[in-house]
Amino acid sequence: MLTFVGLGLYDIEDLTIRGKKAIEEADVIFAEFYTSRLIGIAPEKLEKALGKEIKILSREEVENGEIILREAKDKDVVFLVAGDPMIATTHVALRIMAEERGIKTKIVHNSSIVTAAPGMLGLQQYKFGRTVSLPFPQENYFPTSAYDFIKMNKNLGLHTLILLDINPRPMTANEAMKLLLEMEEKKNENLFSEKTLIAVVARAGSPDSLARAGYLGEMLHENFGPPLHTLVLPGKLHFAEAEALVKLAGAPEEILNE
Amino acid sequence: MGRKEDNIKKAMRIMRNIEYIRNIGIVAHIDHGKTTLSDNLIAGAGMMSEDLAGKQLVLDFDEQEQARGITINTAAASMVHEYEGNEYLINLLDTPGHVDFGGDVTRAMRAVDGAIVVVCAVEGVMPQTETVLRQALKERVRPVLFINKVDRLINELKLDSQQMMDRFGKIIKEVNKLIRRYAPEEFKDKWMVRVEDGTVAFGSAYHNWAISVPFMKKTGISFKDVFEHLEKGESKELAKKAPLHRIVLDMVIQHLPNPREAQAYRIPKIWKGDINSPLGQAMIKCDPNGPVGMMITKIVMDPHAGEVAVGRLFSGTLRKGQELYIVGMGNRKYRIQQLSMMVGPDRIPVDELDAGNIPAIIGLKDAIAGSTVSSIPDAEPFEPMKHYSEPVVTVAIEAKHTKDLPRLIDVLRTISKADPSLRVEINQETGEHLLSGMGELHLEVTIYRITHEYKVEVITSPPIVVYRETVDHKGGPFEGKSPNKHNKFYIEVEPLEESVVQAIVDGEIEEMDRIKNRKDLAKKLEELGMDREEAKRVEAIRGPNILLDMTWGVQYLNETMELVKQAFFEAVEKGPLANEKVYGVKVKLVDAKLHEDSIHRGPAQVIPAVRNAIYGAMCQGNRVLLEPIQKIYINVPMELVGSVTREIQQRRGVIVDMEQEEYQTIIHAKAPVAEMFGFASAIRSATGGRVLWSTENAGYERVPRDLQPQIVRQIRERKGLKPEPYDEKYYAEL
Repeated sequence: MLTFVGLGLYDIEDLTIRGKKAIEEADVIFAEFYTSRLIGIAPEKLEKALGKEIKILSREEVENGEIILREAKDKDVVFLVAGDPMIATTHVALRIMAEERGIKTKIVHNSSIVTAAPGMLGLQQYKFGRTVSLPFPQENYFPTSAYDFIKMNKNLGLHTLILLDINPRPMTANEAMKLLLEMEEKKNENLFSEKTLIAVVARAGSPDSLARAGYLGEMLHENFGPPLHTLVLPGKLHFAEAEALVKLAGAPEEILNE
Repeated sequence: MGRKEDNIKKAMRIMRNIEYIRNIGIVAHIDHGKTTLSDNLIAGAGMMSEDLAGKQLVLDFDEQEQARGITINTAAASMVHEYEGNEYLINLLDTPGHVDFGGDVTRAMRAVDGAIVVVCAVEGVMPQTETVLRQALKERVRPVLFINKVDRLINELKLDSQQMMDRFGKIIKEVNKLIRRYAPEEFKDKWMVRVEDGTVAFGSAYHNWAISVPFMKKTGISFKDVFEHLEKGESKELAKKAPLHRIVLDMVIQHLPNPREAQAYRIPKIWKGDINSPLGQAMIKCDPNGPVGMMITKIVMDPHAGEVAVGRLFSGTLRKGQELYIVGMGNRKYRIQQLSMMVGPDRIPVDELDAGNIPAIIGLKDAIAGSTVSSIPDAEPFEPMKHYSEPVVTVAIEAKHTKDLPRLIDVLRTISKADPSLRVEINQETGEHLLSGMGELHLEVTIYRITHEYKVEVITSPPIVVYRETVDHKGGPFEGKSPNKHNKFYIEVEPLEESVVQAIVDGEIEEMDRIKNRKDLAKKLEELGMDREEAKRVEAIRGPNILLDMTWGVQYLNETMELVKQAFFEAVEKGPLANEKVYGVKVKLVDAKLHEDSIHRGPAQVIPAVRNAIYGAMCQGNRVLLEPIQKIYINVPMELVGSVTREIQQRRGVIVDMEQEEYQTIIHAKAPVAEMFGFASAIRSATGGRVLWSTENAGYERVPRDLQPQIVRQIRERKGLKPEPYDEKYYAEL
């Protein structure tokens, strides 16, 4: 049996009762923190907090799957993932491999940035287009398809949730905005400028979480504090959304008139 | 003032008059007497003491070259010669005769406009005569012929005067056959060598005499006189009446072109830039007032001054203190710290040198043999020079004392800059330095230099043959999955068209990471026989391997292509059979399925997926190991033929041809380089030293089928890999 348990956003207090029970009953516990991580507790301290041994796996080990599947064959295995486990799309591969080998699988859900960010900003979930991730550019790899998707969403009047790379370290909202402007320079399609309204969510789920909205030119230099950060590029705003951005995220009042 | 100093002064004067300059090289088969000829010409022209010539080999200025008696490096020497009342400056570049150093010959040819082809009267035209003559003609270098060692025909072979004439006739005919075959169309007739017009001279470089028809006419000396002198053993008399340097340098001045004449037809061939640009016009006219256009042909190491860059100045004027650009080094400027002419081992400092000369420059720190140097930034470089062979033998080299390691790294860097036919690589896993060269001797010579000249004690492994991997039929489409299983790439491989492989090896098609002129490339490939659609879809060329993108409308592939290329580069650098380089494979990306989000298709996902797909497809295409082959030419007395053929056959060799010539037999054979180690001493003892032989690298051939598994295992074990290569199933399940 392989149970995917979502850890939620901040620390072990976010764990659901069902998730906690699964952990207590498990024979073996694995975890991965490369798709996301908990901001309130370091991976190595999790073991102590839960009172059970946890093996933290690398990306290669999870993708290969053997270590987990071997154990899951005849033991109860729990696989811990920050947020809601299947939001990291990559884990469906592991689940399929398990089912192919006759291993039963189960998911214990939890909250995710995908719902937390709209919630904190007061934006309506109906009006989000496809989500994009921003990877750190690497040698020979500076993908710009994120730009194209944001533009597609924008053209339809939809908001875009922009997830930021956490490897090798968490990307800050400021770095992400700079990257978007670099893409703008390359593509030159008038999507981003200093006057673009953009929103930042920092440390969602923590006691000092932060929601901000403002013009890119100013936001670029604002300090949003420690990670994790997430961006939202608003599309066409419903008046309730505009009001929320002003009241909840400090957006300039002039957006109410647009 | 001595004659030498006097001549240096004259040289300074003449170098401003382009019409009175000749830039020449001497090319020959090994031991046909090239270095002796060079030295006696230089001595005759008063650039060194006459008694020393022939003994102190000026051009063989590497201590080690003298010890081995073969010329390894190309050095330059300038000399002054008077012809019909005018003084001329002749810049002579000496070139190596041993084929292991073929890269040097090609470079020297680019710097000269004419060549003296030396052929030994006894041995006649030999395989390397053909190789070097072909290299000269490809660079549009005009040849004249000097038939050497003529005295031996009389003293040793006891030929009479008619037999001698017949022999000359035969040599001239063969040389002309080669000229007809390899000369550029418009010069095929004009460049034929003829006794009557004096483009052929005869003589003995060692005994310092020569004769030609124009000289006979001028002086009244007849061929009969020459024959009689020789029969009586009076070569000293002959050297006084018909001094070598006079006859040969007369021939050079009369028949070989001056730089301006030559550049008019050579520049369009050796430089692919815009002829109508200021640089193009300056070079084609050899204009000293135009921008500087220079090609570095040689880096010489000076123990005190460091690296000295020698090359041909095609246009402009060089001045001490001037700042120049090296193409490929961006906007960095390099100041000429010292400017000089080369006279044998001496560099004579000068303040200025004009177009058409062969300057030696200190200060061009980042130049390597082959660099283009100019006074304007971003000049079009000279066409990359064509190397006729790739390195085939490797040794692992390490410093004997660990403290010398940084110095060894420095020395290896310097040495590979001076001799681009060497390759230095670092094995990332073991940290070993691998030194690859053109043959066993080439590496021996290089290692000798490292220990004796640079004084770094080293330990080297026994020489290892450099193998190649390929496939012999089509494989794939093979599916390669990314580690996260969210991206799939489908790859097909097949043998690359033979003609395309050859064009890449010859440098007619450049290796490239990014296709610049897609249209031109497609046209060229189609002419070579590649499918029209394929020819349009080349993404990269590396080694003689090509990556094609044959997909239609795959979303996001454009932002992934650089990673696909990187995987292709990795796969062809280390093949699936034995981690040797891949040779002659066409890799086609036929389809791809990619994850929606770019974060799930970064380098860590795409590169292994594509690499494994290439490996898997190669398994299906039947992996084949190729080994380097050498041609061997052996000249022995008839009665020793049996021992020689035995020696060849023991080495998996094949006798290709056998020619009978008077008392000797010329054996043409070929054998794998792997079996040729230690051949030198084996053949010497098998024949009691009565043998002349040479080798030439001749590309790659398939390892015999029954030997392949065993050799693959040996290579893999040496590299610390699992002894058996992975199979198709392994790559499918990754």
